[in-house]
Amino acid sequence: MKLMRSGSRARRAAVTAITAIAIGATLAACSTTGTTTTGSADDLDAALKAGGEITYWSWTPSAEAQVAAFEKAYPNVKVNYVNAGTNKDEYTKLQNAIKAGSGAPDVVQIEYYAFPQFALSDSLVDLSAYGMDSLESDYSASTWGSVSIGDKLYGLPQDSGPMALFYNATVFEQYGIAVPTTWDEYIAAAKTLHEADPTKYITADTGDAGFATSMIWQAGGHPFTVDGTDVSIDFTDEGSAKFADTWNQLIEGGLLSSTPSWSDEWFKGLGDGSIASLVIGAWMPGVLESSVPDASGDWRVAPIPTYDGKPVTSENGGGGQAVVKQSKNPALAAAFLRWLNNDDESLKIFAESGGFPSTTAQLTDPAFVEQESEYFGGQKINEVLTQASKDVRPGWSYLPYQVYANSIFGDTVGQSYANGTDLNKGFAAWEDQLKTYGTDQGFTVK
Amino acid sequence: MTTPSIAEAQLPPSSARKDRRDWRGWIFVGPFLVVFAFAFLAPVAYALYLSVFRTRLVGGTSFVGLDNYIGVLSDGQFWEGFLHVALFLVVQVPIMLILALIAALAIDSARLYASGFFRIVLFLPYAVPAVVAVLMWGFMYGDNFGLVSNLNDLIGAKVITPFARDWILASIGNIVTWQFVGYNMLIFYSALRTIPGELYEAAELDGAGSFRVIRSIKLPALRGAIVIATIFSIIGSFQLFNEPNILKPLAPNVITTFFTPNMYAYNLSFAGQQYNYSAAVAIVMGVITAVIAYVVQLRGSRKEEL
Amino acid sequence: MATTAPARRKAHNPRNPRKSVALTVMLSIFALYSVIPLFWLVVNASKTQAGLFSSFGLWFDGDFALFQNIAETFTYRDGIFVRWFANTLLYVVVGAGGATLLATLAGYGLAKYRFPGRRAVFAVVLGAIAIPGTALAVPTFLLFSQLGLTNTPWAIIIPSLISPFGLYLIWVYTIDAVPTEILEAARMDGASELRTFFTISIKLLSPGIVTVLLFTVVATWNNYFLPLIMLSDPTWYPLTVGLNQWNAQATGVAAQPIYNLVLAGSLITVIPIVLAFLVLQRYWQSGLSAGSVKQ
Repeated sequence: MKLMRSGSRARRAAVTAITAIAIGATLAACSTTGTTTTGSADDLDAALKAGGEITYWSWTPSAEAQVAAFEKAYPNVKVNYVNAGTNKDEYTKLQNAIKAGSGAPDVVQIEYYAFPQFALSDSLVDLSAYGMDSLESDYSASTWGSVSIGDKLYGLPQDSGPMALFYNATVFEQYGIAVPTTWDEYIAAAKTLHEADPTKYITADTGDAGFATSMIWQAGGHPFTVDGTDVSIDFTDEGSAKFADTWNQLIEGGLLSSTPSWSDEWFKGLGDGSIASLVIGAWMPGVLESSVPDASGDWRVAPIPTYDGKPVTSENGGGGQAVVKQSKNPALAAAFLRWLNNDDESLKIFAESGGFPSTTAQLTDPAFVEQESEYFGGQKINEVLTQASKDVRPGWSYLPYQVYANSIFGDTVGQSYANGTDLNKGFAAWEDQLKTYGTDQGFTVK
Repeated sequence: MTTPSIAEAQLPPSSARKDRRDWRGWIFVGPFLVVFAFAFLAPVAYALYLSVFRTRLVGGTSFVGLDNYIGVLSDGQFWEGFLHVALFLVVQVPIMLILALIAALAIDSARLYASGFFRIVLFLPYAVPAVVAVLMWGFMYGDNFGLVSNLNDLIGAKVITPFARDWILASIGNIVTWQFVGYNMLIFYSALRTIPGELYEAAELDGAGSFRVIRSIKLPALRGAIVIATIFSIIGSFQLFNEPNILKPLAPNVITTFFTPNMYAYNLSFAGQQYNYSAAVAIVMGVITAVIAYVVQLRGSRKEEL
Repeated sequence: MATTAPARRKAHNPRNPRKSVALTVMLSIFALYSVIPLFWLVVNASKTQAGLFSSFGLWFDGDFALFQNIAETFTYRDGIFVRWFANTLLYVVVGAGGATLLATLAGYGLAKYRFPGRRAVFAVVLGAIAIPGTALAVPTFLLFSQLGLTNTPWAIIIPSLISPFGLYLIWVYTIDAVPTEILEAARMDGASELRTFFTISIKLLSPGIVTVLLFTVVATWNNYFLPLIMLSDPTWYPLTVGLNQWNAQATGVAAQPIYNLVLAGSLITVIPIVLAFLVLQRYWQSGLSAGSVKQ
């Protein structure tokens, strides 16, 4: 949407917005929204005893088993597990239900990048009312930071995705490529590989918002700053430019496979070596194991390359669950959520399904860390991955309309990929559109 | 031939009791209209209502009059999408209808071996849900492992690239044509089958050859069917959504979120939560489509009077 | 049948026409074009998930897993596919059946009764469907959710009851196939309009009705977009939306591609329509020459 608002209208809008929020905050404090948010952990136990029925939306493979285990432990409670679609399909349905005022579930799975959006639209219950903020030390710092926004707690983390380098060791050995530790080395490896065999690429990338934001995060960039309804978007800061300039070498050099990620051909490419590495979150092993059996034994994990050789990474993907304000039984919903992401039995089921955990207990559990992965040729992959989760750079934020932002990534930054041109220009286009949208939607945008 | 246009449908002159008959028509049309009002008119009215407001993530709803419409008419992304469907319309619809016409004429001509077989086989693609059709063609278009890559290997160079910017409309056009030729063929074939046998007997007596028969008997009989098929194809083209939307993950940057006006409206609503602006886009598209459809219908029926 | 049987129209050249090989060849190319993707579907529905990624697209894999895939399609996730199949049947029977009934009644009404507002009706119907359906989805969704209809089968069935094309087809067909004289005769006998319709006119209209039925069956069977918006609970999904969800499972963090099931499911989805066509077309073909109904 391209309407530019005049300055005075924007100011009036801002005043209206701030007033609305002030009023809204006061109203919420007086709990007229229908859900009493004063309570404690005792309320949760009471709710479990009293029983009831709740609906849980999730697309994780372990959800069904977890729900079954929960119902066994608490026979008074019935949980309707619904797979309402994966990420943005589910978010669309959630948004529709929230707008319509009915039809939303009690507990819903939300990825970290989408948390600010649902939190800001005041659609989620603040779980600190149930004393769940005391669980902070149970989780890794970066995942906790993703679910606690402002000074409210909007959900509990389920998994995490610190980025690492997954590479096909067989291919690397074949072409004499050493495991890169810096991005310069990575680019050199890309050139070596592609020159030696034009059907092979160091990686596939046709433009992915989650990947790009995670890479900017790793580079130290801070394009999004959010303070209530004040938003600033700037892709010209040092970190963003560092990533763009580095990745430009791959794009402009034609060194990236144009196979779209998650397509049928992409899976094939991972299996036959034509896509030789992936820079992606720590949840990838599960996917490789179940979907690329042909390449078993070929792949290994290494820390993500960095700009200056010092270890640092970012989160890519992963999410948690939250309680929706529309819920008619928020205490019971919160109790289920607490069990889901904090109870040992539930966590065990989740780990078995191949997810990468977010709890400090699991991340430091020697049995987990020293597990040898058959798929990865016996490598203790979790040593690398748990170390990565400690190296996540702090202080990142997403936009309060990140779901929308990601949806127009292809229209803007994606054009740089399609045309083989400068990523910085693509980011500038993205910045433009995001600022326009933000202003249109009533945010104060700098 | 009595295939009327919408405006020209005439009843044979009736005698008495004209008034009673007037009223009774509503008994038959009533049920349809009641459901129609609920399922279509009410949402259209609501869309009109939505289009004059603006709801923001921060700041609630306000009345904005025609602002949304002005925005749409000056929106580069909207017109880019419109250009895509207009181009698509001008190329794909004639190709598809001509192919359907040829097929219908061929099957009707009785000069075909196993015409019944062809009738079924050509209709089959229509039976396939769009999701499945796009899936199948998407796999085949894959230029690394699909059929296209095998063809490119045979040719020796990467000649066919269905997902490249220059090709994408043609690739989508191919899928739509594949899906709907059989459907249109059936419409034409049904119309052809209602031609009374006497006309053919008379033509034969006059010594007319098969092409003369086609020109003088069959095509005129098909006029109404062609007009209506064209109108529905135009409406369908302007509303192009399923195919590009399902294909988008395979061509994520070439197929933008505003690739067709329908996609634009969809993404405005469901990704951007800009329901009001999306409603305005819908109304504008609807008006343009209706105008063009009406023009086609007028021209089509005027020809018939000659 | 109360009326004379319609004269069967033979091929336009009553003597045995010379069959054209050239024409047959041309149409065969056409047929090949129509069939190749379906052939692809059958071939690839017989492959295992791993086999899909490692074999040539247009021919079978070593492992013939078609029946396995079909069995797994029916049992995956507690047999939700069967539920989806049943849902689709429900939507088709009630939706397409209802649409055919409404379109037949209305088309007949438009053709045989000169009532005020007649022309406006069709113009309005055409105008309303000219508006992009996807953008009407949100207002329809909001409207339906106020009435508590979202996430129920009604959200699918009600919109599918409108078939503008069916309306037009019956209208045109009625003019050809139902002579007003017959109606006059029935009226003289004292029959009510509706009675006349159900006992006499419907029989005359049957080929047209079957055509409309065929088109509405296909349309409701393949209905995708509105169910996608209206339903959040997979229990009510039709097959199209369900298959799409299975397809999307291949993406992202919890990726579990089940392309082999998507393909087997797609194959299963296509077959009933083909059968419906084969069944309906025999019936439909037998009386399409209604234009030559004689007294």
